[in-house]
Amino acid sequence: MTMNTMFARALLLGTISLSTAAGMAFPAAAQSVVNVYTNREPGLYSATLDEFTKATGIKVNAIFSEQGLSERIKAEGENSPADVLITVDIGRIQEAVDLGITQPVKSEALNSAIPSQLRDPEGRWFALSMRARSIYASKERVKDKAMTYEDLADPKWKGKICTRSFQHQYNIALTAAMIVKHGEAATEEWLKGVKANLAKKPSGGDRDVAKDILAGVCDIGLGNTYYVGLMTNGTNPEQKKWAEAINVILPTFKGGATHVNVSGIAMMKNAPNRENALKLMEYMATPAAQHVFADVNYEYPVRAGIEINPLVKSFGPLKAEEMSLAEVAKNRAKASALVDKVGFDR
Amino acid sequence: MRTLAPTHLPATSLRRALNGAPLWSVVVVVAVAALVLAPLVSLIRIASQGEATLWAQVTVDILPAALLDTGMLLAGVAALAGTVGIGTAWLVTAHRFPGRRLVAAMLPLPLAVPTYITAYIYVEIFDAAGPVQMGLRSLMGWTSRGDYWFPEIRSVYGCIFVMSAVLYPYVYLAARVMFLTQSASMIEVARTLGASRLRLFRAIAIPLARPALAVGLSLVLLEALNDIGASEYLGVRTLTVSIFTTWLNRGSLAGAAQIACVMLAIVIVLIATERYGRRDRRYTLSTRRPRVTQPVGLSGGAAWLATLSCALPVLMGFVLPIGFLVREVLRRGFAEQVDDAFLGHLLTTIGLSGVATLATLAFGIILVTASRLARLHLTKVALAIAGIGYAVPGTVLALGLLTPLVSIDTGLGTLWRLLTGERIGLILMGSAGGIVVAYLIRFLPIATGSLSAGLDRVSPGLEDAGRILGARPRELVLRIQIPLLRPALASAALLVFVDCIKELSATLLLRPLNTETLATLVYGHASRGAFEDGSLAALVIVLVGLLPVIQLVRSAEAAPRKAGSPSGS
Repeated sequence: MTMNTMFARALLLGTISLSTAAGMAFPAAAQSVVNVYTNREPGLYSATLDEFTKATGIKVNAIFSEQGLSERIKAEGENSPADVLITVDIGRIQEAVDLGITQPVKSEALNSAIPSQLRDPEGRWFALSMRARSIYASKERVKDKAMTYEDLADPKWKGKICTRSFQHQYNIALTAAMIVKHGEAATEEWLKGVKANLAKKPSGGDRDVAKDILAGVCDIGLGNTYYVGLMTNGTNPEQKKWAEAINVILPTFKGGATHVNVSGIAMMKNAPNRENALKLMEYMATPAAQHVFADVNYEYPVRAGIEINPLVKSFGPLKAEEMSLAEVAKNRAKASALVDKVGFDR
Repeated sequence: MRTLAPTHLPATSLRRALNGAPLWSVVVVVAVAALVLAPLVSLIRIASQGEATLWAQVTVDILPAALLDTGMLLAGVAALAGTVGIGTAWLVTAHRFPGRRLVAAMLPLPLAVPTYITAYIYVEIFDAAGPVQMGLRSLMGWTSRGDYWFPEIRSVYGCIFVMSAVLYPYVYLAARVMFLTQSASMIEVARTLGASRLRLFRAIAIPLARPALAVGLSLVLLEALNDIGASEYLGVRTLTVSIFTTWLNRGSLAGAAQIACVMLAIVIVLIATERYGRRDRRYTLSTRRPRVTQPVGLSGGAAWLATLSCALPVLMGFVLPIGFLVREVLRRGFAEQVDDAFLGHLLTTIGLSGVATLATLAFGIILVTASRLARLHLTKVALAIAGIGYAVPGTVLALGLLTPLVSIDTGLGTLWRLLTGERIGLILMGSAGGIVVAYLIRFLPIATGSLSAGLDRVSPGLEDAGRILGARPRELVLRIQIPLLRPALASAALLVFVDCIKELSATLLLRPLNTETLATLVYGHASRGAFEDGSLAALVIVLVGLLPVIQLVRSAEAAPRKAGSPSGS
């Protein structure tokens, strides 16, 4: 075979593959679809999406990436196939709003299902589920049953605290909430205090905090509530031991309540399947879908009257901080700058 | 290609200016350079949009710390991977000891394991709650982490260890070929003069290995610099990690782009180092068949120490991670995991990587042959620019590509609407086209590296003879250069293919709806906190990755028989 024919074949093959791929990306208009861009791993709520397809006949297409989806949607502009964006925390959803890629949604179903502090007044985003930023405490070595976030800076915990990077979005949101509560100067002092108490450099994820507590590296640490459920009932038997080593304390701000973060959903400005997108958004707030968030993901449902999972209930009653989440999201950049300033992760 | 043959050139003066190279080839070379530059220009444009206060914040609060961590990481990895690479290469080349052949063949294998996979596995094994420390505890009766000292795997030192365990083969392979192709006389003279083994290593081996060290280490350091998965998981705040936190938490793409530009400067220095090393290497190569050094037999303790020193890197970098993955795969039941969905993802991965490899090779051939014919400043610069792509972190490249890709899509869409009145949406971004472009830009340097190394071995005399016999440039390329490039083409194809399969960050951001590759599958499981569930995908990535490594080993071991020809790049 000469090089010329080899090239010709290669090019032909390439063209065919690309056009096949393009064909897959543009299914016939007859099929009813909704395109979901998500920075939350879809495996975590695939059961909900499957139920949605079963109930409505609308096929859900998804792209998952932890980073850059908003920038991608913005760059794609008016031709973007994105119908909705689902995010893992309030920061990302606010970022989408700030980039101007969302469109307001007016839906009686959503407004009546989701309390007003858990959605944007203009309908640009809606929270789907809640989780508390809790303290994992060693069953063996920690007797405290109640704590404040401010306590984490108390020198009595010197060398006893573990956490993931404070530049991670969960800790950034907590720090931003601290700024809303006490101002920048006090938050900086708090960060310095917590840093001085660390048993090791921040690394890993929330589950590693429980693992480190089991291993005796530290006594307390920060972690989201739902990880405890995921560790207890997940596929890895090792992780069950990690979860069993800890108690979950729902801490409060001094003179306040517990910091919660939300996963959220927003309709995209150039959504090609607007009606289907609205159907999906409304479906996510139905009791059926909210049950899945509660029982499969161990989160707190946003809809009132949905039973919380017994395991999550065992952490005690959640009294969520009532500050505006949008306000928290706005202080994200300041929080991130403070974390760098005190060299928290170093 | 035929229709653009140089006979159609209008002006002979232009042809002279191009050194007789066909115009189309120069156009293609420049176009490829422009393609590589597009995302970078887009990035620099974003960086310049940042406010002055932002840059001040970046320089004061982020850069010093990030530079320090990056510096420590790079220095540590350079020292450890360099020592292990050169040391083992020297041991297996100049000595005889039990198991020498086996370890010589196995030493390059860790290259097949992606760094982020090794990092996850090492944390599982060596972390405080892992089997090693727990075993030690029950053995020694320690009760808590405070009772004993054990190196912390989640630290910059742990990261140095993990990266060195995976990346040292770059140095090993370069050094091994170097030692094998060096004439034996120098070493024999030194031996005759009574030099000790240590002296021999210091005074002969290290100076000889210097160019190989430069080439191998620059690859090691580029990989270490670009890494995001391993360093982030192990808690090291490198420049790459800082790019992400700045961008994500401060909503500041401009700040992130500024850090990326600083990183790019480091990358350019590394590439320059590599070029410098390569230039030396060419100079030291002998065209005559060199006599290969006869290895000296080691005996007793020294022999077993040599075996151990060479077996340890293989154990840490390959056997341990592979063993872990195999165990996890078996524990979950192999048959249950190979379902339709998995096979679909496997096909997607192979299809995407295959198309990208073909495209990369096609561009690589054109770049290399055209710049060889033209030998112009322009094509040299273009070739150097095309080399930058490999050094840009995948996510940064993907971000930079968003705007150019969508502009092309918008252009195509407008054209289509004018012609047919219909909307077609996004062609490149809506299909796998965006990923293929990203792979092409990222891995083109691997293709051009292998191919130019291959072409350098072709004596210009052959082409001169062709010219004298009246061959036109096109015939020189098709009938002399490309046929002689076949072995280099095969190795370039394998290397590019495997890198495409491993690629994670650009794939994540640029993939169309419902598209999973093996790498994104592993990543999805990991971000759900169940990395082990992705073991099968990880294992397949590693096994495919073994193919080019085995091929590299073969060509490295065959090197002395092929008259002083270094393999690959």
